Amino acid sequence: MKRLILSILALALLVPAGAQAAGDQAVPPEHHWSFNGIFGTYDRAQLLRGLEVYRGVCANCHGLKYVRFRDLEAIGLSEDEVKAIASNYTVEGDVDSFGDPTTREAKPFDAFPSPFPNDEAARASNGGALPIDLSLVAKSRVHGPDYVHALIGLGYEENAEPGPTGLYHNPYMAGGSIAMPPPLFDDAVEYHDGTPATVEQMSTDVSAFLMWAAEPELEDRKAIGLKVILFLLVLTGLFYVSKRKLWANVEH
Amino acid sequence: MQALLNNGFVRWFDNRLPVLSWANHHLMEYPTPRNLNYAWNFGSLAGLALVLQIVTGIVLAMHYTPHADMAFDSVERIMRDVNYGWLLRYMHANGASFFFIVVYIHIARGLYYGSYKAPREVLWWLGLVILLLMMATAFMGYVLPWGQMSFWGATVITNLFSAIPVIGEPIVQWLWGGFAVGNATLNRFFSLHFLLPFVVVGVVVLHLWALHHKKSNNPLGIDYKGPQDFITFHPYYTIKDAFGAGVFLILFATFLFYAPNYMGHPDNYIPADPLVTPAHIVPEWYFLPFYAILRAIPDKLGGVLAMGASIFILFLLPWLDTSRIRSATFRPVFKWFFWLLLVDLVVLGFCGANPPEGFWVPLSQVATVYYFLHFLILLPLIGWFERPRPLPDSIAKPVLKA
Repeated sequence: MKRLILSILALALLVPAGAQAAGDQAVPPEHHWSFNGIFGTYDRAQLLRGLEVYRGVCANCHGLKYVRFRDLEAIGLSEDEVKAIASNYTVEGDVDSFGDPTTREAKPFDAFPSPFPNDEAARASNGGALPIDLSLVAKSRVHGPDYVHALIGLGYEENAEPGPTGLYHNPYMAGGSIAMPPPLFDDAVEYHDGTPATVEQMSTDVSAFLMWAAEPELEDRKAIGLKVILFLLVLTGLFYVSKRKLWANVEH
Repeated sequence: MQALLNNGFVRWFDNRLPVLSWANHHLMEYPTPRNLNYAWNFGSLAGLALVLQIVTGIVLAMHYTPHADMAFDSVERIMRDVNYGWLLRYMHANGASFFFIVVYIHIARGLYYGSYKAPREVLWWLGLVILLLMMATAFMGYVLPWGQMSFWGATVITNLFSAIPVIGEPIVQWLWGGFAVGNATLNRFFSLHFLLPFVVVGVVVLHLWALHHKKSNNPLGIDYKGPQDFITFHPYYTIKDAFGAGVFLILFATFLFYAPNYMGHPDNYIPADPLVTPAHIVPEWYFLPFYAILRAIPDKLGGVLAMGASIFILFLLPWLDTSRIRSATFRPVFKWFFWLLLVDLVVLGFCGANPPEGFWVPLSQVATVYYFLHFLILLPLIGWFERPRPLPDSIAKPVLKA
């Protein structure tokens, strides 16, 4: 009976997973990410390479508005390196003493700005399509980082040309076509560590980076979870033996 | 406790406000059937889940901004900038799912052991009122992050009221505070989402009052004959509930720390956009069986009525079940139909999760018909024709003899 209850419960929990598998999208192949599993952590070198791909390629069209420059210290950059990266970006400043708007160099506490002043400007520069902010892309799509990796690394045909509507064929995009031209080509960026910048390498690295951008707490979460669960196992074990001892003399 | 009550000051205070002797009476000496099994742990677990939701919710409300332009950003701020904000939010989001898991098992236990039967009908009603309040609270809470599923879920569910003839349209606009789901809707949902859990606490007090007045049902489903049927709540059930809470928290922590978004929907990490409808709008898993009943009826008003009836029919359960035997242990026919009903609900859950096309449509219709058939036809008939197995004389007798 207990087993039956548990299996029904397990089935009920599987329902949302079924709900997410809808649509005519191709299922992205599963990649073995370093951050998968109970002990998974981010690969710092990979995140730094992914940052280089983001800055060199994606940032031309896509913002990262929930990621602040100072957050990059968590993936291994020094304070000075963070300042140097921030200084490459321009953000809105306060109004000046004449009441006119100003711009200033970005500081570590600023977030990666969108390259466009507003959505209308972004659409105008991209044939009517709006390049999304990438902060949450790795958790707002089914299959998360696998999806990002497949979309930009595997989905485009070689020398892809847009169709008559200006869209590119890409089986991993909902509906099968996408406005974004193929973003990656071999040696699109030059990696600081000399890793050959193949499309596969870059798409993997930037997907891992965007997963970190979406879930910067992932490592803390898994580390705390392990301690909490170990603690609860001991506590629950103590409760159980106490219960056995207290009930030992009670007929029930 | 007795030692405490011997203290002079405590005795003086308790004589003027008997809070300690009250606690002693209801939390410690409270006579509880000696034969309760682990299915009886889920009431205290539901209480634990409610407290977890209120505590995490109050702190989240300190950081959340209920405005259509800022709600999504403020949730991401909680996730990234508030100390342990991600932990609070994931606890609250997964806590809602676990609250429903626990409450559904609690209700299933009531169905199996006939806990709704005389003299506990009012206790059962109060439980159903709590369920309805929980559903309203959970629905409005899911709207607050103001993601795509928040917005479109709110749109679909509030639109259900438009099925009411004549006054439906004005009711919907009154609920929205405008001509579409917008900032006014978000604001009132936040206000009510904060209020309703405290209403739930109030009804829980009544639920426990009714429980302590008539005492717990038990796995044998028979009335108590005397003090030998009981043991004190403390320490026997306090320690058993503590052990159950430990198991619950381990499962909760597993989801919380290792699959915090498993029971959510990825689309809700896309900010609400009134111009873009998601390909496939689904409610949270705990609403799926009811959503399937809603969509199984080809008529909008009919669907809304069927969905409402699927819960309100439970209020009539004490009279629809004509058997005087409470526990399914002694009801060989009813027992099978109980499990069949659970299977039917799981089937309805899958129907609700999938788009209403292909074989899912007739399947959800068959499952919906069976749901009502169970309560309206099968339960009365089983009660009349079933030959129950002989009941033991008392709770204590089979236990103490063995």
